[in-house]
Amino acid sequence: MSEFAIEKESSEFKKGLQAGISIGIGYFPIALTFGLLAKTTGLSIYESVLMSMIVFAGASQYISLSLIAYGTGIFEIVLTTFIVNIRHFLMSTTLNEKCEDDTLGNKMVYSFGITDETFSVVATKEGTASTGFMYGVNLLAYSSWVIFTGVGHLIGASLPQTLQESMGIALYAMFVGLLVPSLKKSGKVVFLAALAAIFNSIFTLGGMMAQGWSIVASTILSAVLMEMIEMVKAKHWGVNDEK
Amino acid sequence: MKSEIVWMIIGMGLVTYIPRMLPFVLFKGKELPPFIQGVLKNVPYATLGALIFPAILLLQKDDIWYGIAGAAAAFAAAFLGANVIIVVLGSITVLALYSYFL
Repeated sequence: MSEFAIEKESSEFKKGLQAGISIGIGYFPIALTFGLLAKTTGLSIYESVLMSMIVFAGASQYISLSLIAYGTGIFEIVLTTFIVNIRHFLMSTTLNEKCEDDTLGNKMVYSFGITDETFSVVATKEGTASTGFMYGVNLLAYSSWVIFTGVGHLIGASLPQTLQESMGIALYAMFVGLLVPSLKKSGKVVFLAALAAIFNSIFTLGGMMAQGWSIVASTILSAVLMEMIEMVKAKHWGVNDEK
Repeated sequence: MKSEIVWMIIGMGLVTYIPRMLPFVLFKGKELPPFIQGVLKNVPYATLGALIFPAILLLQKDDIWYGIAGAAAAFAAAFLGANVIIVVLGSITVLALYSYFL
């Protein structure tokens, strides 16, 4: 019986690894660029790899680099990281419903690997997600992220200058690639993204706030404003166009 | 390693891990107030909007067309239904060509 359980667990793990391959490939240029940018920002290879190992959250790691370059304090960087990554809370809440029941210990380990990408893969999977599957997806994504951070730091600088420069778009292109599919489906998403983009442009270009705070403020402002509009709409006209 | 950077990394790691882990510990089918849930649902899209703009347009401070070209390439590829990998590699290629020819 226990042998059977172990066998099932290992095939679930393999399925997870397979599902994680696309993430592993997707992380390649982004982690490579992160390693390279971390080097240009003045982080050592150990610091860069350590950050990828401990934080494992692309957007916030990139932002921390630009904040370091701006000479921002540690507290502001950590707070910005918190605000940027608070979205994982909702993803974990969603996945908590989808994952098979298991020990709290297992859940506390694999929840470390929840990113935008692993979340998307697991959330769109049919049926429940087993613990083995979670470990598989996360391990592949994590390995790619950590290894290519180191590779980027080591050899990133030997790439041609124009290629290095053009890889600066990688992160933003990833964000665009993540945003647009939802953008196409829902006018609400268009409104939210546009609103936050406008707020952020005004705050930063107008010199009203440092970049880190501005992303925080624009996000919260837009998300709350949108929700209030939805609430008023639902109350007064009985309209609810959410999905 | 500079200890300042290491402390920063540990702090970043903690504040990233806690929101990832907490729902698994806190919720057993319990629900947050609907308003908060709604706001949280909005957060990813708003964050993405703020992360992309204006930064994508300012990739090269002295040449806004560089950023515009990159943004146009990324949005075009994504709207055509390309997956994230293609969007990333495609935009890099377009900008490499841009620098090469212009």
